[in-house]
Amino acid sequence: MADLGDYVLLSMLLFCIGLAGALTRRNAIMVLIGIELMLNAANLNFIAFWRHSENANELHGVMFAIFSIAIAAAEAAVGLALIITIYRHYRTTNVDEVDSMKG
Amino acid sequence: MSLAFVIIAGLTAASAVAAMALRNLVHCALSLVVMFAGLAGLYLQLGAEFVGFVQVIVYIGAVAILIVFAILLTRGMEQPAPARITTATPWAVSIAVAAFFVMAGAAVNSRKFEKPSAAPALQASPGTSKQGASAISVKSLGVRLMGDYVVPLQVLGLLLTAAMIGAVIIAMPERKGEGGGGEEVDRG
Amino acid sequence: MTALDQFPITLKHWMLGLSFWPDWLQPILSALLSIGPIILVFALLFGLVTVIERKALGRIQNRRGPNRVGIPFTNVRLAGFGQFIADGIKTLTKEDVVPRAADKVVHFLAPIALVVPVMLAFAVLPYGRNMVALDLPETGLVFFFAVGAATELSVFMAGWSSCNKYSLLGAMRAIAQMISYELPLILSTLTVVMLAGSLSLVSIVQQQESTLALGIHAWNVLTPWGLAGFFLFMVAAAAESNRTPFDLPEAESELVAGYFTEYSGFKFALFFLGEYFGLFAICGLGITLFLGGWTAPFAFLNVVPSWIWFFGKLAFLIGFFIWMRGTIPRLRADQLMNLAWKFLLPMTLVNMVVAAIWHFAGQAGWPGVIRWLFCAAMILGPYWMLGRGLETKVGKRVYRYAS
Repeated sequence: MADLGDYVLLSMLLFCIGLAGALTRRNAIMVLIGIELMLNAANLNFIAFWRHSENANELHGVMFAIFSIAIAAAEAAVGLALIITIYRHYRTTNVDEVDSMKG
Repeated sequence: MSLAFVIIAGLTAASAVAAMALRNLVHCALSLVVMFAGLAGLYLQLGAEFVGFVQVIVYIGAVAILIVFAILLTRGMEQPAPARITTATPWAVSIAVAAFFVMAGAAVNSRKFEKPSAAPALQASPGTSKQGASAISVKSLGVRLMGDYVVPLQVLGLLLTAAMIGAVIIAMPERKGEGGGGEEVDRG
Repeated sequence: MTALDQFPITLKHWMLGLSFWPDWLQPILSALLSIGPIILVFALLFGLVTVIERKALGRIQNRRGPNRVGIPFTNVRLAGFGQFIADGIKTLTKEDVVPRAADKVVHFLAPIALVVPVMLAFAVLPYGRNMVALDLPETGLVFFFAVGAATELSVFMAGWSSCNKYSLLGAMRAIAQMISYELPLILSTLTVVMLAGSLSLVSIVQQQESTLALGIHAWNVLTPWGLAGFFLFMVAAAAESNRTPFDLPEAESELVAGYFTEYSGFKFALFFLGEYFGLFAICGLGITLFLGGWTAPFAFLNVVPSWIWFFGKLAFLIGFFIWMRGTIPRLRADQLMNLAWKFLLPMTLVNMVVAAIWHFAGQAGWPGVIRWLFCAAMILGPYWMLGRGLETKVGKRVYRYAS
């Protein structure tokens, strides 16, 4: 088990990679993958802080992580369903081309 | 900085970069799976075994498969698009890099991460929490879920049900008759 | 008696205790001595089961199975039981054909991604008294399902990397089938966990060692929820390992070979191996959870070593699966999905409620027979109603004759 700082640094790195990907990529599914990466980085942060806390028997970090995993799964399902429907309409998953409401 | 941590962390970070940078969508999804597995390994190293296995079951066994199905259903696999460096790309990357440096600076300067001199207490806690590692049991997790956290648990159940029904309804193909009739009414 | 029962453990301790091993080698050697026999035994079992399956299927279909190959390169026939050696040599020497448009890396990694998690699943099953490779006291069962979930991805990798429409279609159908049947599989095991109070497989088996009247060990299958759970588990297990009647993804008459059409030679053998290992692992889990693991049926039969009981039950379950393969026709894709979502899933939920009622009725002091009959009625009621309710689309058969 490494120091707390190492885990936090890794989770920041993962978060920023996910952020860069979500802002850069043009495909809607890649944006979703970036969001999943960010959520996972936050989970790692929670578990790392939980393990290094004084009262680890309180299980707060584990609880948060479990709820976060469940919510991320629900959000991925709905997000992907939306992407599939948008593809059916516009025949493209490129987020730049779905601009029919652009002023 | 044990060797195991370095190896798993390196694998996780490398596959995260690959997941965001590769051109072929399915390769991105597969490197995302490697990242999830690396994270599960890190959770196991931190002593949260249940969360680690739940991460494998939910993320690798369900979310990754959902992503892969969506890629297949939206024909993302056909031509890997050439890298489109738009005007937004440098802004996005610089925002991410700036965010990383701000957060890392805050972490490094924070008092919590001071090395051993400040913290015999901090050094003792890995030892005691290793004994604490054997003390956290799934039973206490269950007791806490049903005790203190029962309201979030029920709300989560409702949320998952709503998400499932919503996803099915959103992704269901429109019936030809209803869709056509609706459009005609709108135009007329 | 105990000597024969524990002889693998004593052998391992003796080998570890030999004085010429250095200290740093001890953990590695201990791990190897645990893993090696498991892999050897199951690899041998895989070979024998392939031959036995072909012979048994042949007999069911009124023909003999393979009966010529005994010891290769000799004339000793051995009733055909050397067939797996010949098959192994054949697959090793076959040319490894990879389609030109295929994705080479993913194509190569898919069989590995199947076999490695399945072998990991063998680590948590208790094969005998004190004989388990990896004793996870908190999360044994969750580990098993985690590695089971990891095998689904290899199916997709195989299907997609072959760059073949039919492979992809077979892979998508196979994945849809596997994720649909994962839910009844996990939910049917939850009743056992609920009543045993622990996720550790070793502790679940030990709790089934307690004896009821007449010296019968308290297997979970002897309770109404255990019996229903066992049947649900077996159906879901057949679907998870793509066995008939759920083998649409690899049906030869429909999709050539499904997601491993484009694999030849040793990679195909690895897929085959992975499938059979998956079958063994899930049968092993069913035995551990419902059939009492390594315990004997009656207390006086404890003279027979515990690992013989485990492998005997495993042989019985595998024989049952082979029998099912030869007898029952294949389900269609939509029938398969309907079975999972509309029948198995509600039945597992009912099963959970009945298990809870069983537990609390036992605590409230109901006599055994009344408790059994009441819980059985509570399971059979929804079963009958679901069976009636789901059959509405099948009307009476209408015959039209040429006139």
